[in-house]
Amino acid sequence: MLKRVHFGPSLLPFLLVAPQIAVTLVFFMWPAGQALYQSFLIEDAFGFSSEFVWFENFAYLFNDKYYLASFYRTAIFSLSVAGMAMGIALVMAAMVDRIAKGVMAYQTLLIWPYAVAPVVAGALWVFMFDPTLGIFAYALNTVGYDWNHKLNGDEAMLLVVLAATWKQIAYNFLFFVAAIQSIPKSLIEAAAIDGAGPMRRFWTIIFPLITPTTFFLLVVNIVYAFFDTFGIIHAITQGGPAKATEILVYKVYNDGFIGLDLGGSAAQSVILMGIVIVITVIQFRFIERKVEY
Amino acid sequence: MRISKYILGAVTAASFAGGAYAQTEIQWWHAMGGANGERVDRIAADFNASQSEYVVVPSYKGNYTETMTAAVAAFRAGEQPDIVQVFEVGTATMMAAEGAVYPVSDLMNDTNTAFDQSVYLPAVVSYYQTSEGELLSMPFNSSTPVLWYNQDAFDAAGVESVPSTWDEVNAAAQKLLDSGMTCGYSFGWQSWVMIENYGAWHNLPMGTQENGFAGIDTEFTFNNDAVVNRLQSIADSQESGIFKYGGRRGDSLSLFTSGECGMWMNSSAYYGSVKSQSEFNFGQTMLPLDTDVADAPQNSIIGGATLWVLRGKPEANYPGVAAFMNFLSTPEVQAWWHQETGYVPITTAASDLSREQGFYDENPGTDTAIRELSLNAPTPNSRGLRFGNFVQIRDVINEEMEALWAGDKTAREAMDEAVARGNALLAKFARANR
Repeated sequence: MLKRVHFGPSLLPFLLVAPQIAVTLVFFMWPAGQALYQSFLIEDAFGFSSEFVWFENFAYLFNDKYYLASFYRTAIFSLSVAGMAMGIALVMAAMVDRIAKGVMAYQTLLIWPYAVAPVVAGALWVFMFDPTLGIFAYALNTVGYDWNHKLNGDEAMLLVVLAATWKQIAYNFLFFVAAIQSIPKSLIEAAAIDGAGPMRRFWTIIFPLITPTTFFLLVVNIVYAFFDTFGIIHAITQGGPAKATEILVYKVYNDGFIGLDLGGSAAQSVILMGIVIVITVIQFRFIERKVEY
Repeated sequence: MRISKYILGAVTAASFAGGAYAQTEIQWWHAMGGANGERVDRIAADFNASQSEYVVVPSYKGNYTETMTAAVAAFRAGEQPDIVQVFEVGTATMMAAEGAVYPVSDLMNDTNTAFDQSVYLPAVVSYYQTSEGELLSMPFNSSTPVLWYNQDAFDAAGVESVPSTWDEVNAAAQKLLDSGMTCGYSFGWQSWVMIENYGAWHNLPMGTQENGFAGIDTEFTFNNDAVVNRLQSIADSQESGIFKYGGRRGDSLSLFTSGECGMWMNSSAYYGSVKSQSEFNFGQTMLPLDTDVADAPQNSIIGGATLWVLRGKPEANYPGVAAFMNFLSTPEVQAWWHQETGYVPITTAASDLSREQGFYDENPGTDTAIRELSLNAPTPNSRGLRFGNFVQIRDVINEEMEALWAGDKTAREAMDEAVARGNALLAKFARANR
């Protein structure tokens, strides 16, 4: 028998990969292509007439001050959510690492929120903070603060950031715990013997060694904040009050499905896709250099 | 032997499948949730029981916006229902879709179904007619805003007569505050109540081209002095607690039913909810008149929704749809629906039947909505509205009004901005539908 180092040509790999490729083509490539095509049209809601207008939809968007304000709002929102979610999860993962007894209990309770669907999470938070009925609103009232996120835009933004972060902390926590546990204990013990305190050990040993995970989570969190938070915003504020929480992805929904302006909505969708591609490319080109594998 | 058993089984199974096609199914998509949804199901069940050829299947699709969006998306996919309930702000969009919509007059003619348009209340029907008098959609649940008031709170505060002008409303609110309440009045569906109906009630136009009835190239004019002054005065009165904002649609219902606010301006169709949720004596009266603007009220315009018939279904369905439309308009069905829900009866026969049954004597005030709608013959300013993209324009108006209540803008700034943004949306609609 000859020992072969490389494999002969075979159909099996292609067959095994084919279903995934089919799913990607049908559910990602085709809708993306459709959106790209529709962004060049102005058509009526029912699809009876359509007019090919080149880049007019895009020009209209960049002249619309409400669209530009939405960019700014989305940036604030996603940086807050990603930053808070990762920061809090890292702190909790570092602390859980130092616990001797009952580690499983802490981990289970901290991971549970991840299992909650975004809309359900939104419904929970909006109920707790409802100005008339909510328990946290009541607590704030007793210390003299009149909470009303239906009128105050900053409070509405705070509420959706809280709800979105709460959900994502669990996901980040899971990854950070695994990453911290994968660091060889001998390194930390050696540092402790040399006299480094917990904070010093964290910043000089643990944090640099989990940078691959941190980088991965950064990409995932930014994409989450851009897209997956739609359910939370729809459940809590529907983009209000007065557009205070209307981030780019919500505006796509609002203009497309409520306003039935399919061309404009498709153009926004294309721009949003472009933004996320650019951000991901930037992250891979520049930040990955700092990751130590 | 085995093979023939399989063949026998297959043939038997196939023969059962044939039985399902005996009755023609008519799909009806609606936005009536809760108690009203149960009433809708009962109406469909009554129709199904009254004949054996057609089965009407009602499906709840969410609120008005969601139902309309679902129907549009379904039409594009070829999966549309036969009947869809669309709210009045979607009228222009539905009308512009001539290949999708089957006007009710044409449906009745084509299926040779007897149909007499004169039995319908003019105020209700005129909103949905073309300029030639052709009826486009069947009125189903129409309402108009009324002024709800807490009779017990009035008695406790010494408010002797029910307010009929804005000055009287403010005076009554002040008395309520003096007697210990924290809020005088609130309102909901604010674009409909405070801008659209305010204009109609005082015979002021909301836009050019007869509020859109005369042409698609219209512009808004609701940033006039009357509206701006009234809204500014309301915003200023928030400070003393006379007015409290509670939400865009019906969210402020709990402010009234919990007894927090003594008065509430919103749809007459909240009758069922107000009756079941409030624990005080309540009443309803006509909208207040702004004596700075007009000497006497004109008439109010309807809200609510109508039933639109969609094209593209099998020909055999349409006679059933026509028969269902006639069933909905019978006095018994309309009188029952009106008395239970607070929606306006769409035919004069139904309101007469309610009167004969003594309903208005036993429940004073429940005929307020009909009286408001038929107060005077509608003028071009009070016939209704027909603006494109109005679903989004309502949201624009809501946003600007919320900025006003929050103190971020003056009424003049809010209304001017609303008109500017609204005109941009109107222009987009005209462009997409030319």
